[in-house]
Parts: sequence; C-alpha cells; structure tokens
Amino acid sequence: MTIDMSQFYQVFFEETAEHLAQMESLLVGLDVSAPDLDDLNAIFRAAHSIKGGSGTFGFTDMTDVTHILENLLDRLRKEEIPMRDEMVDAFLQAGDVLKSQLDAHQNGGEVDPATITEICERLKRLTANESNVSHETPAPQETKQPTKNVQCLLITYTPDSETANNTERLESLYAELASLGQLEFIERDGATKTMRLSTDREESEICDIFSFIANPEQFTITDAALEPFAGDDDPGYGFFSDEETAQQEIDPGYGFFSDSPSPAAADVDEGFGFFSPIEEIKSQVEAQQGYGFFEEIVAPPAQPAEDTKSDSSTPTTAETPQRRATDKPAAASAQAADSSIRVSVEKVDQLINLVGELVITQAMLAQTVTALDPVLHENLVNGMAQLERNTRDMQESVMSIRMLPISFVFSRFPRVVRDLAGKLKKQVELKTLGEGTELDKGLIEKLADPLTHLVRNSLDHGIESPEKRESQGKPAKGTITLRAEHQGGNIVIEVSDDGAGLNREKILAKAVEKGIPAPENMPDNEVWQLIFAPGFSTADVVTDVSGRGVGMDVVKRNIHAMGGRIEIESTLGIGTRMTIRLPLTLAILDGMSIASGNEIYILPLTFIVESLQPTEQDIKSVSGQGRLVHVRGEYLPLIALHELFNTTPKVTRPEDGILVLLEAEGRKIALFVDELLGQHQVVIKSLESNYRKVTGVSGATIMGDGKVALILDIGTLVHMAQNQSAKF
Amino acid sequence: MQDNEEQMTSGSRELLTFTLGKEEYGIDILKVQEIRGYDAVTTIANTPPFIKGVINLRGIIVPIVDMRIKFNLGNVEYNQFTVVIILNIAHRVVGIVVDGVSDVITLTPEQLKNAPEFSAGLDTEYILGLGTVEQRMIIVVDIEKLMTSRDMELVELAAA
Repeated sequence: MTIDMSQFYQVFFEETAEHLAQMESLLVGLDVSAPDLDDLNAIFRAAHSIKGGSGTFGFTDMTDVTHILENLLDRLRKEEIPMRDEMVDAFLQAGDVLKSQLDAHQNGGEVDPATITEICERLKRLTANESNVSHETPAPQETKQPTKNVQCLLITYTPDSETANNTERLESLYAELASLGQLEFIERDGATKTMRLSTDREESEICDIFSFIANPEQFTITDAALEPFAGDDDPGYGFFSDEETAQQEIDPGYGFFSDSPSPAAADVDEGFGFFSPIEEIKSQVEAQQGYGFFEEIVAPPAQPAEDTKSDSSTPTTAETPQRRATDKPAAASAQAADSSIRVSVEKVDQLINLVGELVITQAMLAQTVTALDPVLHENLVNGMAQLERNTRDMQESVMSIRMLPISFVFSRFPRVVRDLAGKLKKQVELKTLGEGTELDKGLIEKLADPLTHLVRNSLDHGIESPEKRESQGKPAKGTITLRAEHQGGNIVIEVSDDGAGLNREKILAKAVEKGIPAPENMPDNEVWQLIFAPGFSTADVVTDVSGRGVGMDVVKRNIHAMGGRIEIESTLGIGTRMTIRLPLTLAILDGMSIASGNEIYILPLTFIVESLQPTEQDIKSVSGQGRLVHVRGEYLPLIALHELFNTTPKVTRPEDGILVLLEAEGRKIALFVDELLGQHQVVIKSLESNYRKVTGVSGATIMGDGKVALILDIGTLVHMAQNQSAKF
Repeated sequence: MQDNEEQMTSGSRELLTFTLGKEEYGIDILKVQEIRGYDAVTTIANTPPFIKGVINLRGIIVPIVDMRIKFNLGNVEYNQFTVVIILNIAHRVVGIVVDGVSDVITLTPEQLKNAPEFSAGLDTEYILGLGTVEQRMIIVVDIEKLMTSRDMELVELAAA
C-alpha cells in the first residue's frame, strides 16, 4: 500500500513541538523533593505520545531517545527510584535533543549522534539508579552511532591581536583541531585563518575547542560539503568545485543571512525547492542525507552579523551567503509557515457564524427585492442574484475549513500496522471502512493519538503470532478493522481485531495487584473498563510498542476531553472491539429535509433506505389501530411523524404524503411525512447548549433562510415508535 | 442570590422593566443581552406550550419562552410589536417574550420592599422585592434563578 505520509508530517511536527513544550514547562515547574504524580504522569504521556508519533512516521532516532526517556520516567512515576535534580536536567537535555531532532526532520539536517548517545547513556544510567554520571561523555566507539559521517568543515578564525601574536597558543589550537580529524590550512598567515577540517565530529565540539581562546564572533564553522548542490540547476553554483572558490565560501561574511533570509535569498533559492511543499523538501532531504551537509545548525552560537561584517574586508558575492547551510532551515521553515496557518477553532466558528448571518441578510434582501418591479430595477435584481451566488460559495468554503474526511487519520495506520507487524513478527491486514465519514478537523486532530494507541494495542496484545493463530484454527493473518460512521447523533469509530480477546482473569488479577477494587462477579463490561486505569497493563513484557499501560489511560482521557466515550466488547479467543462514540456537535451531516406540518426536519441521510408513496392497499392495520406498510414482501411499522411530535400535519392519509424507510439499530420503520424537500449538507448545532435534550432530536441546524430545523435522531425515533405502538 | 442581596443592600441598581399584562417587572440589566422583535420560531415537539421553540440568533440556537403564557398574563398574540428579551444567564442564552419593554430604571435600596408571602403564579422565591417608582409597582425578579428553575423546563433536570 502506498500512502503519502508526507502530508501528515506537518501535523506531527506541530503536535510534537507542543508535547515538548508541555514537557518542558512541567519539568521546570516540578518540585524535585516532592514531585506531583500527576505531573510525572503528564510528562510521561507527552513522551509517550512523541514516541508513538515518531514511530508512526519512521523517525526512529526520536523513538529511541523517547523510549529510554520513558523508561526512567516510568520508574519515577512508579516511585521505584527517587527524583533527583540531575534527572530534571537530563530530562530537559533530552527534550532539547528531541527538539533538535525534530528540527532536523522538519527542516532537513542531522543531529550530532554524539549528543544523542550521550543523553541516552545518561538517561540509562539514571534509570539504573547510578549517580554522578551526568557529565561523562561516552566514547563514541562503544556506542552505536546512527549516522557517522565524515564531513568537511571550513573554519575561519580571526584571532584578536593578542592571540594572533601568541603562536604557541595558536599551535596548540591547531593541534587540538588536528586531533579531531584531518586538518588542512587554506590561509594560515593572514589576519583571518582559514582551514579545512575533515572530521566525523560535530561542530559543537569544535566550538568547544575554540571557546577557550576565542569569542564566538571571532570564528565561524561551515560545512564545506555543499558541492552536491553545485551544478544541479544553476551553473553559477559551481563555485565550490575548486579550492579558490572554497576560499570565497569561507569569507567571514557569510553568516549574515542566517537569521533573516532576504527576499533576494528566496529568489536565488527557488531552484532548490525551498518554497515547494514539504514533501518535496522531505524527499530532497532524504535523497541528500548521505552527504550530511545539513550539519547541526544549532551549534554555532548566533553570530552578531555586524561584528563579523566589520571584520571582513573581502567582498561578498551575492550567492555566497545564500549557499550557507544555515539558510536552509530558515527558508524551509518560512515555507512551512506559509503553506498552512494554525487558526484557533474559535475564530473559524466565529467566521462560520458570521457567514451564516450574511446568508440570512442576503435572503432577507432577496425577499425585499422580489417585491420590486424587475424591469425598473433590473440592475438591482441582477446584483442580488450575484450576491446570492457569492454568499453561497462563501458559505461552502467557510464550512469546508472545518470538515475533513476521517481518512486523514485512517491513512496513517497502514504504515503503523506494517511497521509494527514486522517488528512483532505478526501477520496483520488492516481494513478501513467509512473513510469518507466527515468530521470536524478539531476532532480529527484529537482522534489521531487515541486511535494510534488503540491500533498499536490491538496489534501488540490482540493479534496473536501466526503459529498460535494457526494452532487455534484461525487464519495466520490477523485482521484489524477501522470503521467510522454516523450513528444516532454520534460519530462511531471502531477499532476491532480478530485476536485473542481480553482475558478476564488476568485483568482481575492485575486489578487486585494494583489495589483497584474488583469483585469477582463484576460484569464483563466493567472489567474491560479497568484497562483504562492509569498504569494498567497486563502485558508480561514492557516493549516499546506497548505494555506500560499508559496508552489506554491517554485514550480514555482524550476521548472524554472530546465529550465522547469508549466501549469495549471482547470475547476470549475471538477478538476485541473498541468503540469510540463522539458527539456530533461539530460535524456536518448529509441530510434530507422533510416537511411535516409547518416545520422542516432533517433526516440524516445515512439512515434512509428509500422513500416511497404508498397506495391505499399497502397500508394494513393490526387490531384496527397499529399501522403497517407492505413494502416488497416486508411489513414495516408505519409511524407518523406528526403523531410522535403532536403537530398538525398538512396531510393525514399516508397515501397522500410520503413514506421514508429508515433503518437504525437493525430495525426498519416507515416514517410518514408530508413531503420531501431536498438534500442538504447541514452543520449540526447543539440544542443542549442553551436548551435541553429533546427526545427524538439529535440537534438542530440553520437552514439557508436562517430558520432553525431540527435534526431527527432516528435511533430514538425507532424506540419511540415501539413505545407508541405498545400503547395501542 | 447572595450577590444580588448584597448588591441590593449596598446600593442602587439598574433594572430593565417590562410589562406583562398590567404588571411591571424588573430584571437586572446586566443579564440582558439584547432586545429584538419576535421572529418565526421552530417549534419543538412535546414541550409545554410556553416554550415556543427555538430561533437562530446569529448562528446560536436560542430557546424562546413566552412569559405571557407561562404566567397567564397579557394578550398572547404575535405581531410586529411583540418583543423578545434575549437574556444571558448561567452561560446560556434564552429569549423571553413579553408584552413590552418599558424602561430602564434605577432603584435605591429604600425604594425596594420585601415581597410579602402570598400565593401567586410566580413563586415569591423568585421575587427579590417590590419597587415603587412614581406610583408604579415594579416586581423585581431574580431572572437567573427563575429561568434555571425546574418550573421553566429549560435546563436538564440533572443540571437544575
């Protein structure tokens, strides 16, 4: 299955940035002597979400760091080891590493592998409850280095007059640099020293060496390995190919543009796709990863451009500064910011309401205009027609801001499932149904996390290994089904698997162990709800997939925050189904508008089977009262909407009106209404925010003319119909 | 309630007065969001007659209560002079239909007398006091308490 994951990168970047920020603020506010368990849990959840997300997108380096981070946090929140100051430091450092990793993924580049290994080691040791380890840097050879690139760095150094005359000092500096790799001098004698260093170390290490003798503005370090770009599109870029041009590149002036990419820079850079969609950047970055030239851009401290400039007497060619690696992230993030803006939901809602007002005003004006003589006021009439079109278009596009098909969430899962299944050596097929179900963007964003947890859980705990499945007579390949639909005023999202199912005894035993009150005779559905308790996991082994029991806790919390609920059905050996029900308040609904009496109602289209006009012969009665309608061999109860709602209908005989066949909860009824009006997309408004729940009504909407129409809740209508017929 | 009483005793307060039949009522002006004409409402099935239905107020669904029906006062007819007071109470927006809006007045504590216990359509529980302005008696109503009460059937019982 080929799914373009890149469209979700931006979401991941934003989410992770938020998680990191949250982690940091919590850490900073943490009382080390008596850490709040809630805070620790929150930090843990943030780390867990980052891990989950990065795993989904294949950013394994981040997954690795967060996994180790989680281990320590997990021990802390279980109070197995006491909290210490150095841990907070380590956490913050880990947060910084994650941030730079995120930045690297987002804008292209790489993070110093040594920094990563250092923090990983530090966290591991803290986890193992060792002390005084925080400042050791592990030798690179004994740790794994995900990316060990020999890179060519260009270093310029303009020593102050004192140091410049102190040859001994300079020599020792050179010796230090040479110890890192191969050092070549390009310009040794002038006021500005220029050298090229081939090394696998990070710029930051070189910075450290320099920092003993020089101020940050006195030296610059750049990546010389920019050649791959050269000659790509523009012949003018070839200037790195020989030493002479390299010298140009090392001109101390090149730092100027690092913090403010000028329009000129943008122009020249166009050829490199900086302003193209993020996917392209992504692919470029991937393609170029081997060169490692997006080196650790955070390392050199931001250089005051003026200082450097005043030192420099060499003229700077226009292209040179823009060829700097440091420019790229700046340009790339500028691009990312352009392609989407995050706007608060409130603003969008306000916009929707305002446009609604506009439509009403327009309808009012149109009404007034119809009273005028069309010949005398031709221009006005034409103008009104145009205004109507414009307002409709505007309303449509404003509405569309909020709504997205759920496939936006679903389409991340094939990758998750594939990767995980591979890791766990299981065979799994993912089925998705109802991807077209539209729901509010806000909900979609919030759904991603809980759904990821559920799917991962199903895969890890639910689906058994192929051997086990075969031994139980199941197909070796397990199935996970994701399903979404509108149902009775809710959006229902199901994650089901045909795996092992939940083990009642195991859960109860675990509950007892955890000190959660759980009597033996607890009903199944209550037992299943136990798995949502924080820290509850029956997995025997903690893997980086699941087993910490943090996932379900988060799931429940997130779903509740959205005003929804989650239900579990499970049968041992057959499978598990998790059902998330979310209220529709924000969603758009495809509806059929019908008239009954003077009112207009909306029937959700998903429940409508068909509509028909019956003949007198089709209407039957039972014991003289309960009415049935005969449709193609089936007898269906006939319910008159006006009887349910005690309104005065325009027509009372079913054969004069129209019957709408509805299906809900496995039952069919024929609803008798006056007439069908048309099909609409309606925005669901809550009745409850200012009023109360009304039986048989799931919400309200505002029609094009500004009037309110009620949306019928077919599920309860069917029930009401039953009760009504019971009365007869 | 506590607040209101404090305010009542501490100083004068501004009230919006409206008429229902021959009676004049006053409500805290800060609870009033706006005053508008009566629009066509969408009726809601199986509700008491005084709940007229809901209207669209700039994208918000607002229930409309006809106080004339609720308290059996005034002529229940709907024309261009029918007035709806949109209230903002307890984080909800509710409209009430009255005969007419008459005035904005300021009542000093001295002008406000406690209502005697007596039997009336409106429970004395919801009456903050009786004010006198130029021979007129103004019934000062705790509108928030009234509208969220069980009688009005406006809020979910659980919430009431």
